[in-house]
Amino acid sequence: MDLETIATCLNLKVFSGFDQLKTEVLDGYTGDLLSDVMANSKEGDLWMTRQVHQNIIAVASLKDHAGIIMVQGAEPAKDTLEKALKENIPVMGTDLSGFEIAGRIYNLLKEKQDITRIDP
Amino acid sequence: MTLNEVIEILDADVLVGQDQLEMEVKTAFGADLMSDVLAFAKSGSLLLTGLTNPQVIRTSDILDIAAIIMVRGKKPAPETIRLAEELRIPVLSTKYILFETAGRLYEKGIKGCVERVDNNFARS
Amino acid sequence: MHVHEKPTFESNYTVQGGNFDEAGKVASQIKVILKKLGLQTDVVRKAALVAYESEINIVSYARKGTISISVTPGQVKIETTDEGQGIPDINLAMQEGYSTATSKIREMGFGAGMGLCNIKKFSDYFQITSEIGKGTHLKMIINIENGV
Repeated sequence: MDLETIATCLNLKVFSGFDQLKTEVLDGYTGDLLSDVMANSKEGDLWMTRQVHQNIIAVASLKDHAGIIMVQGAEPAKDTLEKALKENIPVMGTDLSGFEIAGRIYNLLKEKQDITRIDP
Repeated sequence: MTLNEVIEILDADVLVGQDQLEMEVKTAFGADLMSDVLAFAKSGSLLLTGLTNPQVIRTSDILDIAAIIMVRGKKPAPETIRLAEELRIPVLSTKYILFETAGRLYEKGIKGCVERVDNNFARS
Repeated sequence: MHVHEKPTFESNYTVQGGNFDEAGKVASQIKVILKKLGLQTDVVRKAALVAYESEINIVSYARKGTISISVTPGQVKIETTDEGQGIPDINLAMQEGYSTATSKIREMGFGAGMGLCNIKKFSDYFQITSEIGKGTHLKMIINIENGV
């Protein structure tokens, strides 16, 4: 499932990385501690966080995340947005809480897997 | 859903609160930032977090959080356990990451305790 | 505001800077007391939260500080005074996401630049003053709608 499908299904705002929305989302990661996300997230993860600091762009870039979703109505800080645009990292936003958005994305990705399993 | 069912869904270990597992929960909040929890989580919810320090227990006490689920199989320090026992807040530990934990609970009907932020605080 | 009413409860607590294991103890105590006084759940929650974030600030940024609480039939007043480095730019400090927190504070789940915003958000009245090299003073009031 690509970012665009998820963004459309869940009505996400897109702040940056407009031409990267065909990127495939392999899995999700929820976390607000950068050291944890650096250590435990994987390539292709869609990262959900409440952090707005510009360091999140560097983390997403280093870990080759599919993109970032800022939860609970958060929006990127000015320098975060500038960096995201410059590095072309997709940053999106939702008014939903971290739990709620994780729940929905988890089940979207799972549904997709189940369908693939039945009809490859 | 009871904590017993939560334990089954998450294949969780009980670290504190073996005698409180009949407790009913309907909502959850997941975060690693305690200020985020303080601002948005509601009383009676489950708290899902990657943190294990005593401040998780303090934060839960301030908000009357029903129970804490520590994710990624992290085991808290003895002082965290001691404080949770003292304040009678159940603590569970699951090996799943926060994303998977939230996904599994959501799938079984647990709702976010704030579904949507409807004020401008988060944007101010 | 019912500032001239006689307090039904008053107390002062000392908070030691840097003692992260104990951080939140005063707020927990305040919560228990306010519950015992029979205040509404909503008021107890706001006051405990405000006290807790203030206590975390003292532990994180000051050498020591005091938290005083005074309850009258119309309001809960919480004041904190610390001996710390002070805040050079209060407007900047009040901006969500701005933080000078150390990695130790961040590991605990604080220091994301939300604390002062929370304190302001959950108080009906909020005042902050700070002097460089001396410390910071916070005054918060939470109104009690129908009295104690």
